[in-house]
Amino acid sequence: MYTFTTIHQLQADLLTKNVSCRQLVEEAITAIETKKHLNAFLEVFNESAMTQAKLVDEKIGSKTAGKLAGVIIGLKDNICYKGHKVSASSKILEGFESLYSSTVVERLLAEDAIIIGRLNCDEFAMGSSNENSAYGKVLNPLNENTVPGGSSGGSAVAVAANLCHVALGSDTGGSIRQPASFTGTVGLKPTYGRISRWGLIAYASSFDQIGPITKTVDDAALLLEIMAGADEYDTTASRKEVGKYVDTLPEKKLYKIAYLKECVEANGLDPEVKAKTLEALDKLTKNGHAVTGVDFPYLDFLVPTYYVLTTAEASSNLSRYDGVHFGYRSPNATDLESTYKKTRSEGFGKEVKRRIMLGTFVLSAGYYDAYYGKAQKVRNKIRKKTRDILSQYDFIVTPSTPGTAFEFGKNSADPIKMYLEDIFTVQANIVGCPAISVPNGLHSNGLPIGLQIMGRDFEEVDLLNIAKQI
Amino acid sequence: MSVYDKYKAVIGLECHIQLLTKTKMYSDDVAEYGAIPNTNVSVITLGHPGTLPKVNKRAVEFAVKLGIALHSTIREENQFARKNYFYADLPKGYQITQDKTPICTGGYVDIKLKDGTEKRINLTRIHMEEDAGKSMHDIDPFESLIDLNRAGTPLLEIVTEPDFTTSEEAYSYLTEVKKLVRYLDICDGNMEEGSLRCDANISVMLKDAKEYGKKVEVKNMNSFRNVQRAIDFEVKRQIDLIETEELIAGETRSFDATNGSTFSLRSKENANDYRYFPEPDLQPILVKQNYIDSIKAIMPELPSDLFKKFTKEFGLSEYDAYNLTDLKGLALYFNELVEHTKNYKAAANWMMGSIKSYLNENAIAIEKFKVIPKTISDLIALIDEGKISNAAATQKLFPELMLNPNESPLSIAQRLDILQSNDTGALQELVNQALAKYPEKITEYKSGKVNLLGLFVGEVMKLGKGKADPKMANQLVKEALEK
Repeated sequence: MYTFTTIHQLQADLLTKNVSCRQLVEEAITAIETKKHLNAFLEVFNESAMTQAKLVDEKIGSKTAGKLAGVIIGLKDNICYKGHKVSASSKILEGFESLYSSTVVERLLAEDAIIIGRLNCDEFAMGSSNENSAYGKVLNPLNENTVPGGSSGGSAVAVAANLCHVALGSDTGGSIRQPASFTGTVGLKPTYGRISRWGLIAYASSFDQIGPITKTVDDAALLLEIMAGADEYDTTASRKEVGKYVDTLPEKKLYKIAYLKECVEANGLDPEVKAKTLEALDKLTKNGHAVTGVDFPYLDFLVPTYYVLTTAEASSNLSRYDGVHFGYRSPNATDLESTYKKTRSEGFGKEVKRRIMLGTFVLSAGYYDAYYGKAQKVRNKIRKKTRDILSQYDFIVTPSTPGTAFEFGKNSADPIKMYLEDIFTVQANIVGCPAISVPNGLHSNGLPIGLQIMGRDFEEVDLLNIAKQI
Repeated sequence: MSVYDKYKAVIGLECHIQLLTKTKMYSDDVAEYGAIPNTNVSVITLGHPGTLPKVNKRAVEFAVKLGIALHSTIREENQFARKNYFYADLPKGYQITQDKTPICTGGYVDIKLKDGTEKRINLTRIHMEEDAGKSMHDIDPFESLIDLNRAGTPLLEIVTEPDFTTSEEAYSYLTEVKKLVRYLDICDGNMEEGSLRCDANISVMLKDAKEYGKKVEVKNMNSFRNVQRAIDFEVKRQIDLIETEELIAGETRSFDATNGSTFSLRSKENANDYRYFPEPDLQPILVKQNYIDSIKAIMPELPSDLFKKFTKEFGLSEYDAYNLTDLKGLALYFNELVEHTKNYKAAANWMMGSIKSYLNENAIAIEKFKVIPKTISDLIALIDEGKISNAAATQKLFPELMLNPNESPLSIAQRLDILQSNDTGALQELVNQALAKYPEKITEYKSGKVNLLGLFVGEVMKLGKGKADPKMANQLVKEALEK
């Protein structure tokens, strides 16, 4: 059994023939089978993965393999891969097969990565516990009575439980960072527009970003370098030059770091999480960085702003699932209107329906200005305030989440309580800036704690640099 | 005074023009009419999960062209918006359009009415959007079928102010719009095929009233004539309702071409709430002044400019100028023709006469006409120089030219032996022969029957086998008779 540490080490081991891609795939398939009860994988792409493994083995033999040769990658079930099923963990896309590959999948395959399968998540990436999947909950391997976080729960678990080397998630309000925090992995949400969204099933278009969940910051850097960059299929993807995330790590650089006082003093913040956060800040100070507490008066507005805007976009993005053109169609439909009503009533889960209704409401005539319009204005204020801070400081540090992984069902009855899980993570999506969650020690309950660092737009080089020092 | 004269109609039009771009508004799919159903449909057109739109630059260029031609203000930062509604031929569940930031605002179209009066119709806005697919309910007895080839085709919507008061004005406006979009080469203007579509917002009010009446929207008029019929019907219907003290419902009605009436489709209360919001999948498009200037530089001459030129510079009648500018191809041909001849009136007559008849009879467009303008100018020169009679030119030379479009008119005239002989000696001989044939008629002429002149000239022409110059023959006969 090969023990994966980093992609860099794996490349060396493949070249010295310590291991082959075929062996890696076989072992991954066995591991997934053994840990089936975690319910991380919705489907294993046995055939295409093995075909790719053989091909990459040949390339390694002829020394023509790419930078991700033999890296076993799991895809969150909202990222399209040509000829493979993709369902966003929803019944409404049951059996749907993508006719094309997302840009990220194309770029990973071009570097000889091996896509091993699709990973469970909250339905349409809506959730913070992975309890909203139409295909069952995902267990946290560190404590199977607790949630793995969401919505990219399957992705975080697959990496934490060694079912694949790295995984892709998507992050709309913390969906990469929160599960990374809950599973002791590294989760990176790049700057909005850094990675093409072509082939990512949309939840909220102006918030969504694809990003990696990995064991190390170095692996996250490499994946980002390969996936980032302009894309003719996504006009919201930036044309800014992609940084050298891998090679420039780090010369010793001293940073100015801000932490948000309101976050550290927030009600409901677990005292141990607070303590660990302050410890991490102390360590940074000792390393020579300047750490300062700053005011952020908008903390209480983050979650409401996020939910008004994301649900508005979601209500429109999810209109295409109507039973007419593809995916699930209710067998009880008799005409066009009942096709819509029955298909969508039966095909969507409770949380998705809740958000569609909320989003439809905030965009409705007579309510638009009071909700959507106002939330846009608040978004701009939050953006400005955050950028002001980031113009004086290199980073903003917060805990990734208020607490550690919680027990199943704990927040299910109270959506507001569940939504507050995202209180520290939504800011980066509202603003668009990059953010990373890195492991920051263990709680006395044995579960990992995460530290979140936000950086300036498109300055992932520095973000990854500081993340390595935690 | 009729009861209808107490009222005036207030009408605004919304026209959709389908753009002649090669590809669709937000994808690279081919945009063409008449392809096999559901063949020009990529994952973007199908609205598959994870797909994203990208703006067709050509469609933006067309919008700018139209904006320039219609004197609109062109917006620099153009945001797109989603219009949300469910329909089977709308795969994404929303249409990507423009809401608060249309690419063009303001502008106007000058129209001319039958009585010669002119009127300016002001525009509210022009915006870019995509078309929906087509639902077909009459092909299969049990199922509705959907063709998504048209889904995503680029459209411009032109919205007018409520400036129309009669159906004739609406008709005239549509004629102008059609003419203009054809000149700009941005739309073929074919209302029957749906590449130009028009909805009308109609209300009526007492002439001295301050407030507008209840507005009714009428859809599904598939020809200019039907727009006119629908407006006439609707105005009368609304006045009749007011006169019988019934309420006019604010609603959307459909025109029924079979009996010229309108019927209710849905009330405004049941109208969709489209929940417009900015399209997050598209960056705003920036239309900079230097870009607008570069479009201005390649704009073709517009019908109104040509009309002015033809009447003012060339001295043509308004009637001739109007007809010549009606179709871009004719106008351009004429424009080239007058580079070779200064006989503008003759050039216009040839265009509107023989050439247009030939095109009509053979059902071909001027663009397919094989004779180059220079040749027509040569033909005009032959007549002007008296080398050929007008009659011979139209009846003999022109038909022969149609068969041999590359032959010079002079060569054809020689071949047909219809060049006029200006040799007075030869002509005098013919005159003598003609006079000798009818000695008694000479006496009658001399005793006052002057209209016998035509008989002698006709005889000369006959003897000359058409080559004789009628003017000169006329003169010589007259001289001989009055000797």
